[in-house]
Amino acid sequence: MKDIKDTGLLQDEPLIFEQGGEGRKGYSLPRWDVEQVKEEERIPSHLLRKELEGFPQLSEVEVVRHYTRLSQWNFGVDSGFYPLGSCTMKYNPKMNEEVARMRGFAHLHPYQPESLVQGILKLMHGLEGYLAEITGMDRVTLQPAAGAHGELTGMMMIRAALQARGEKRKKVLVPDTAHGTNCSTSAVASYQMVEIKSNEKGVIPPGKVAELMNEEVSAIMVTHPNTLGLFEEHLAEIAEIVHRKGGFVYCDGANLNALMGIARLGNLGVDMVHLNLHKTFSTPHGGGGPGSGPLAVKEELIPFLPVPVIEKEGETFRFDYNRPKSIGRMKAFYGNFGVLLKAYAYILSMGAEGLKRASEMAVLNANYLMTGLKGSYYLPYDRPCMHECVFTDRYQEKDHVSTLDIAKRLIDYGFHPPTIYFPLVVKGALMMEPTETESKEGLDRFIETMIIIAKEAEENSDLLRQAPRKVKVRRLDEVLAARKPKLKWNRDQSQ
Amino acid sequence: MEFPEELLYSKDHEWVRDEGNQVTIGITDFAQSQLKDIVYVDLPETGSEFKKGESMGVVESVKTVADIFSPVTGKVVEKNLELKDHPEYVNKDPYGKGWLLKLEMKEKEELRELLSHQAYQGILSEES
Amino acid sequence: MESYFRYIPHTKEDVRRMLEAIGVRSIEDLFGNIPQQQRLSKPLDLPGPLSEPDLLSHMEGLQGTLFSSFLGGGAYRHFIPSVISHLVSRSEFYTAYTPYQPEISQGTLQAIFEFQTLMCQLTGMEVSNASMYDGASSLAEAVSMAARVTGRKKVLLSQAVHPEYRQVIRTYLDAEQQEIVPIPYLKGKGATDERVLAQCLDEDVSAVVIQSPNFFGVVEDFQGVAEKIHEKGGLMVAGFNEAIAYGMLRPPGEFGADIVAGEGQSLGIPLSFGGPYLGIFTTRDKFIRNMPGRLVGETVDLEGKRGFVLTLATREQHIRREKATSNICTNEGLCALMATIFLSCLGKKGLRELALMNLSKVEYAKKTVSQIEDCKIAFSSPTFNEFVLEIRGNPEKVVKNMMTEEILGGLDLVRFYPELDHHLLVTVTEMNTKEEIDRWAEVLEKAMK
Repeated sequence: MKDIKDTGLLQDEPLIFEQGGEGRKGYSLPRWDVEQVKEEERIPSHLLRKELEGFPQLSEVEVVRHYTRLSQWNFGVDSGFYPLGSCTMKYNPKMNEEVARMRGFAHLHPYQPESLVQGILKLMHGLEGYLAEITGMDRVTLQPAAGAHGELTGMMMIRAALQARGEKRKKVLVPDTAHGTNCSTSAVASYQMVEIKSNEKGVIPPGKVAELMNEEVSAIMVTHPNTLGLFEEHLAEIAEIVHRKGGFVYCDGANLNALMGIARLGNLGVDMVHLNLHKTFSTPHGGGGPGSGPLAVKEELIPFLPVPVIEKEGETFRFDYNRPKSIGRMKAFYGNFGVLLKAYAYILSMGAEGLKRASEMAVLNANYLMTGLKGSYYLPYDRPCMHECVFTDRYQEKDHVSTLDIAKRLIDYGFHPPTIYFPLVVKGALMMEPTETESKEGLDRFIETMIIIAKEAEENSDLLRQAPRKVKVRRLDEVLAARKPKLKWNRDQSQ
Repeated sequence: MEFPEELLYSKDHEWVRDEGNQVTIGITDFAQSQLKDIVYVDLPETGSEFKKGESMGVVESVKTVADIFSPVTGKVVEKNLELKDHPEYVNKDPYGKGWLLKLEMKEKEELRELLSHQAYQGILSEES
Repeated sequence: MESYFRYIPHTKEDVRRMLEAIGVRSIEDLFGNIPQQQRLSKPLDLPGPLSEPDLLSHMEGLQGTLFSSFLGGGAYRHFIPSVISHLVSRSEFYTAYTPYQPEISQGTLQAIFEFQTLMCQLTGMEVSNASMYDGASSLAEAVSMAARVTGRKKVLLSQAVHPEYRQVIRTYLDAEQQEIVPIPYLKGKGATDERVLAQCLDEDVSAVVIQSPNFFGVVEDFQGVAEKIHEKGGLMVAGFNEAIAYGMLRPPGEFGADIVAGEGQSLGIPLSFGGPYLGIFTTRDKFIRNMPGRLVGETVDLEGKRGFVLTLATREQHIRREKATSNICTNEGLCALMATIFLSCLGKKGLRELALMNLSKVEYAKKTVSQIEDCKIAFSSPTFNEFVLEIRGNPEKVVKNMMTEEILGGLDLVRFYPELDHHLLVTVTEMNTKEEIDRWAEVLEKAMK
């Protein structure tokens, strides 16, 4: 038995494999109404397994308590302020969760005949249209399962479009402020990445693009607004430079929350953009997924979209698989439908004015935060920001306090830390994105806390280096985890 | 930080010990201090050949990966097998137990292009 | 006040005071960086805003129609214990991000660690990642990984692998400029043709991809396959799209597979018209550093207490950028949690019993339908919970006729296999009662006339 400790409500909780007892079960099967066959009479015995070695045996209540306890060690948007930059941790409306559980959505088989799912196809077709309208693009595929998946879809389509022109280009231009996925996506799609240095104002200088752009370059991948939270003010000019040499402009739409109803990427010369429905369109992040990363494209790229696409003929919707120029398929079936319908419900509940209001308030909140923290933390790009702002630990360096320490100390005050050490162009970055769903009082509390932490750094910096203290576990030994990887439970190694 | 006099250095922060026809290679004290706790070292099979400047493997810490660039052209004749279980040797003893591999050299003159310990330290002070 | 204000707390007074603090006069001024001609001059053309009650009734009207169903083919209707939806509705789970701050993400991290363990046990492998997008993309990533490991660019791909998975593999590999050699299935058996496989296997092959149970529901015989592949220096990649089968079947790991990649939707995840599902990816310890996706590992904290962290992250896009093993970032965390809770509830005995019930139901359906004139079980190989039925007449028409009786009688295979033009893929799970199967057979008989 485990030691009994006064852990309070945090509790220690062993792994599921270390609990339960032989013969316990937490399930009930439908009644046996057909003859129970003998498996070895139907399937050759060398293809049958012995027992499920190590599998748990628990009653239902044990399972429920176990995962309830685990959940209590987590911090979500519903727990408190979650200013994680680049991730748009806005409130996830509960109604959307209800909707996803409706029987006529949750229990639908993907191979059901189209005549039985007309409402579903109408919903998907509708969502495609809304996303095209919001981004100013011509057509959308809902198939990609996440942002990076959308990027990969896009880069494959660019390759196909160039091939159709009889061209083969090897390079992709990526600014140094880019998300890591942009770089790895170009590599996975067999492109060679060429980095563009951003200028002292934190944006891409068109002159650099003109210098690097040639007939070898298939595309430029930009993030707009960029990861410093800045509006890429020369984007339209950059797009023109790239287009003139026959390249495409790919936009990472992770930061669309700043632009809805305000400016459209399609009008700025962008040829394709992926959206993260789990960021801008309020679908939950699920502790790391499932997400959804639809890709919106301009007319010229439509023939290359993955199959199937949804077509409307009269009042009837159908899947079109017969698209000879298509890149093929990115996943089985049609996309993360259970996520799509939440985004659809969100857009309808906001309407055009609500989405614009969301972007306006997101930008207002970010600027308010930036203003409130300016004196206490170093702001490398001191100019109005969009939906997020980036500070650094430069003022705290003299006290030997790092970004990591500041982040961990925030946990002791009940906040989720911002994104840290990204973007890479800023040393010791603290990237904060408050989103529109945070109230003024919430921001005031956060600002005050950050100011207190800045003071603590000067007066009692150990408080920061030792943080967090008021948590289930303290700082963890990541070196040990990586040197001696233990990636699963083992009966003999059990505590 | 130490930079032994008898060694040669590359701009990519490797050290080279001239042992006649072959050289022993490792990463410098500066490199290991920048990477912090090293958790894994990926080295090429013995027998594989590399041109000067080619990536031969990687040194990995928790949050970064650094390529090991071959400081000279040659063939791998031996690698430090102990690093598999003790990657921390690279941190603790970069010029001793933390050596990476031995190369049989193709062009001995390439050694002349490497840096002395003073020249290397000069570069470091420029960088910082 | 507009209904969307419930999600946006700012009052007029709040906005005024915040603008004042920032030192600008209007919201408009905050967007001063955007050149006037780039601003949107008219409102977006979108419906709404709708209140919660209005929206709920709108959504209700869009729902699909549910019939008695014998559809499968990579998406299965299994019983989902109520526990799952209740537990994953805890918003500490579903409103959290990727566990980058381990001190306040131990719930997600420990659950993933348990998931990784369960997936290793289920597939008989040594290491599992924290999940992939779905079975198809997971299998495609497995093929890419095999190319990385072996440095080769030719893949032997069984034609009995799920056709949509094969399409995804083709799309992924096109970008990597790899060659795919299709390996046919045996006409009478529905299993991969091992003779052709052996003929095509040479020293350029990076991976051989076989699925079991395969798309026809057939249990492939993996005996000796891995040895032959390893002799030529390639990797054996085993796919699956019905995870419940491994409650009963000997797992690919015990046959020497190098990578096992497939779909976990059956493990407590709703059908949801094709997604989100759960990509499972397991492999051997020696390939850990070549694996795509996130990994959770056990460690200790400052005080020596057990805890869990994301580890070996240097393989991933946010660190290694253009040299990463994959560009995957978001995975299917919540679906992995569903599968973990599902398997915890079923446990050792339950999963086996569930598998046995599926097998028993399908055998009952086979027996029943083989008494009908004009119906024939197309393949003689053993199957798990689905089988291919050869029928008289046009399967499209037969399926349509059955729909008038509110039965989805099976999947017309001609869309994927032109040669199987009188064939239905019929799936029977524990959810299909005996009466339902009897009625299906009856209606099928009528529908063929």
